[in-house]
Amino acid sequence: MKSLDELNIIRDRAKIKMKSKKDNTELIRVVVGMATCGIAAGAKPVLDALNDEVSKLGLGNVAVKQTGCIGICQYEPIVEVIEQGKEKVTYVKVNAEKAREIASKHLKDGNVVSKYTVGGTIDSVDDGICSVDDTAFYTKQKRVALRNCGIIDPESIDEYIAVDGFAALGKCLTSLEPDEVVDIVKASGLRGRGGGGFPAGLKWGFTAANKADKKYVVCNADEGDPGAFMDRSVLEGDPYCLIEAMTICGYATGADEGYIYVRAEYPVAVARLEKAIAECNEKNLLGKNIFGSGFEFNLHIRLGAGAFVCGEETALMTSIEGNRGEPRPRPPFPSVKGLFGKPTTENNVETFANIPQIILKGAEWFSGMGTEKSKGTKVFALGGKIMNTGLVEIPMGVTLRETVEEIGGGIPNGKKFKAAQTGGPSGGCIPAEYLDIPMDYDNLLQIGAMMGSGGLIVMDEDNCMVDIAKFFLEFTVDESCGKCTPCRIGTKRLYEILEKITNGDGTLEDLDKMEEICHYIKENSLCGLGQSAPNPVLSTYKHFKDEYIAHVVEKRCPSGVCKNLLSYEIIADKCRGCTACARVCPVDAISGSPKNVHKIDKAKCIKCGACMTRCKFDAIIKK
Amino acid sequence: MKNINVKVNGIAVSVPEGSTALEAARAAGVEIPTLCFLKGINEIGACRICVVEASDARGLVASCVYPVKEGTEITTNSERLIKSRKTTLELILSDHNKECLTCIRSTNCELQKLCREYGVENQERFAGEMNKYDIDQSAAHMYRDNEKCILCRRCTAACEKMQSVSVIGANDRGFDTHIASPFELPLGSVACVSCGQCITVCPTGALSERDDTQKVIDAIIDPEKLVIVQTAPAVRVGLGEEFGYPLGTIVTGKLITALRRLGFDKVFDTNFSADLTIIEEAAELLGRYTKKENLPLITSCSPGWINFAEFYYPEFIPNISSCKSPQGMFGAVAKTYYAEKMGVDPKDIFVVSIMPCTAKKFEAERAGHSAVPGLPDVDAVLTVRELARMIKKSGILFNQLPDGEYDAPFGLGSGAGTIFGATGGVAEAALRTAVFNITGKNAEKLEFTEVRGTQGIKEATYDVAGNVIRVAVASGLSNARKLLDMVKSGEKEYDFIEIMACPGGCVNGGGQPIQPASVRNVTDIRTERAAGLYKDDLNLPVRLSHENPDIKRLYEEYFECPNSHKAHEILHTGFIERDKY
Repeated sequence: MKSLDELNIIRDRAKIKMKSKKDNTELIRVVVGMATCGIAAGAKPVLDALNDEVSKLGLGNVAVKQTGCIGICQYEPIVEVIEQGKEKVTYVKVNAEKAREIASKHLKDGNVVSKYTVGGTIDSVDDGICSVDDTAFYTKQKRVALRNCGIIDPESIDEYIAVDGFAALGKCLTSLEPDEVVDIVKASGLRGRGGGGFPAGLKWGFTAANKADKKYVVCNADEGDPGAFMDRSVLEGDPYCLIEAMTICGYATGADEGYIYVRAEYPVAVARLEKAIAECNEKNLLGKNIFGSGFEFNLHIRLGAGAFVCGEETALMTSIEGNRGEPRPRPPFPSVKGLFGKPTTENNVETFANIPQIILKGAEWFSGMGTEKSKGTKVFALGGKIMNTGLVEIPMGVTLRETVEEIGGGIPNGKKFKAAQTGGPSGGCIPAEYLDIPMDYDNLLQIGAMMGSGGLIVMDEDNCMVDIAKFFLEFTVDESCGKCTPCRIGTKRLYEILEKITNGDGTLEDLDKMEEICHYIKENSLCGLGQSAPNPVLSTYKHFKDEYIAHVVEKRCPSGVCKNLLSYEIIADKCRGCTACARVCPVDAISGSPKNVHKIDKAKCIKCGACMTRCKFDAIIKK
Repeated sequence: MKNINVKVNGIAVSVPEGSTALEAARAAGVEIPTLCFLKGINEIGACRICVVEASDARGLVASCVYPVKEGTEITTNSERLIKSRKTTLELILSDHNKECLTCIRSTNCELQKLCREYGVENQERFAGEMNKYDIDQSAAHMYRDNEKCILCRRCTAACEKMQSVSVIGANDRGFDTHIASPFELPLGSVACVSCGQCITVCPTGALSERDDTQKVIDAIIDPEKLVIVQTAPAVRVGLGEEFGYPLGTIVTGKLITALRRLGFDKVFDTNFSADLTIIEEAAELLGRYTKKENLPLITSCSPGWINFAEFYYPEFIPNISSCKSPQGMFGAVAKTYYAEKMGVDPKDIFVVSIMPCTAKKFEAERAGHSAVPGLPDVDAVLTVRELARMIKKSGILFNQLPDGEYDAPFGLGSGAGTIFGATGGVAEAALRTAVFNITGKNAEKLEFTEVRGTQGIKEATYDVAGNVIRVAVASGLSNARKLLDMVKSGEKEYDFIEIMACPGGCVNGGGQPIQPASVRNVTDIRTERAAGLYKDDLNLPVRLSHENPDIKRLYEEYFECPNSHKAHEILHTGFIERDKY
């Protein structure tokens, strides 16, 4: 790419190409969500069927394209039909057969197949709604980082350019000084989206201020929080955006080389990134003298081997260097001594994904969204006990209630909201009393949770909070790198205490010890993984102390989750002696002759619950 | 360098810019406990024992790696910190084999010392699941007991950074993390060079030398055996530390008496065979130098280095001197010349070496050219630590022993032999004799100070009667690697290279007494011990190998001349490339 003019010519041409054929007749654009989630749900046969049918029917005015994640996971595979001047139609839970029907009825004859649209398929969505954009899931969203996901073909550089791709890079290289770029990012108020929420502009400024013969830009794409997948969505749906942002960062900070550290469990992302990097090299959007500016930038991909700790920036760099992924003490910070000992700027995927828009639309536009200290939007991965699981991007400051009840569609089966866990294993839980708190970095921290990477797992009354804490801790115990004592041994001992409590062997002294060791691990651990590992325990203990006490004092799990604290009993009045329970019991713990009241031998019972499910007379209860 | 002003526990102190909180504390006369920290080698902030409060940091910081700035205020001993450290110790103990009563490192264990200092009364406070490991006894020179390992990583840092060998590292993660070789191979099956540096830096009893004391005791009580013992140069400067003497104290006389009281029939000096090595090696050097063949000549005294060459630099094998090490030469002469002279069947001679080295155990057992076919040159090798244990067990009050003298005919060693124990010593000893060999007279100044000192790589060029001899000395295998890579690439050219596997040479060998990190981090034990040897050299009546009368007699009576056919048969050997895996 030699100049902005050249980019503009490509853009204009690509824009037209997305909408019309060579002879200027309008195109019907059909996109199939082909991110990992879509592919897993069966999008590939849908894409094939559409292509096949379109060619069979000779529909020359239809362009079938793949696209990234559309966001609404449980409705995959998703097909969207976009026609000039008409409302977009979203088909959900499509299969090959439905796809062929859509092709012949809608694409050929122009009749929307209502029964397969989002409104026609999903009970909670009004029948009249055809486009996902009109559902509650979408209307509250504001897409910045995800703006191209589900819109463009992630494997087409032309489509990226058509939506103003690389215009920000062109602007930086042709009309802005590096420090001006840093100033824009600073002024935007953008904070790191990976966990800590450190201001990105400050980070860039630190690296820029350090003189060195070599500097690096690193993208943390080692997304590891259980239940968080927004980075994957960007990598799979908009890989060029990341490349553009990292190149801008390189220019701003004086780095000429970058690494994308992406987990090997994201093969689709890796393949699309590789393709995108190759394309950018070919088009001179990477390499020497980009936009004729004399600026050089080269990008490499490094695959993570599956260690959660490699999401910690120093461990990630150690891993890129070819060593066992273990964190190193800070200071020195990466902006002083980072990758290969050189000043390095590291941001995660979502942070970078905001950059091109900030450059193009200005810092003020970005800082106009969000709250006082948390600007812009945040992508949340909704999961757990919620109707609409998926990815949502909302302005900072939207309340948890809006997110769960409106966007997320509430909790299934009429259950009551109990808490939401944000920030994954490093975060904490938010109880119902804070449902109306605007979610931003500082508010979440204040109530003992954290933004983290944006995983948001909703829990209802059936979830035991001690069990939840144990679940997250088990994850960190397993993922601790083993370098420092507090994390290596401390988290293990903490886990053992939780095990003791959920087994019904805990004492009040154990609770004190649990709290003590939590604070010890937080204060003494080497890196963020250990320092935040006790958060799920501390926050559940803070908000749901009564549940802990019930486990320890009454030896009772109020939510009926902790097996060791449960017992199944047969209510004599209700039992008809049908023997169904005895027959289904895998360990022969139920005795009784036909037509007589049955009995459960508690010593033998393994608490699998099969009898209770089987009983037609509600005669078995869990206590 | 600019100085900055900081405060430690309220004490104002000025320290060089870039100092760590630990260094600042020391400057203020405040001790902070450490476990994983080894200055310059292992600066990873992992154990968290050294945590302090810093005015410019949010949480607690590891003082060993935390850089102080102008105005930083450090607190090292608040109740909060003491509690934190105690909890760290309790957690370590919760996954530690606490057989302290019988542990080889009892009373010399850094963990034990800290537990005592911090008043850990309840070692079961965090009792829970413990890791179970088998003891790795596969290597010829050492044991690894991971149940006593505290994962400070000092051993892996020594292996990687000091020695550039890297055969051990952390495997698995989290609570399962343990130190082992790649693919869980036993140490005896990987390219370990047996230097034993890992043992000397281990704070606990996780690593120890293979104990061969019983083998020696059995020989001593066997009436059929003539048990003779040799003591390596660096032993005389190391052993005293085991009995409370300051670093660098020479205890040759007490060492001899102790050995005699332990029941050894004859007590000889490896300095003697070091002189013999010099005679052979100097002749070899002169021969190669004249013919310009297989230069540089590289020394062969250090078995850790030999292992390193065989595994990692086989292309240099033709350059390595074919001389056996002084240990090997001693054993070879004992079982040939000495056996003949005494009229004893070599089978009945049991040669014991007291060495500052663990690789000598491997060397003694390696298949090679033994002087008497079917018999090893050396039957048992004890490190200084094993000897100290034998002495203590026998109730010998070492400090009260009268000085003894070595037995003839291998009791006389020159000062040149003594300095073998320090890096550069072999080169200096060889140069002293080479000057004589070339010019027919001794150098005016016997001290070749250019090759002394603890720098990793030293170079010097000497003009001996118009012959320019380019010398390089490397100690520590990472330095050897650097030097050899330069030679390989043609960047550097030398005629003679001395390589010692251990940094600083044998004075800092893997078989020397263990000095805790609290000493290592503030004292250069290599320099202190080497100074003792150089002092010994100055005080000895004979300072040149070729002037050692025992050596002269040996050639007159037995070998005729250096590099003779007989000398080659008995005193020389060969090396082979070995597979790493």
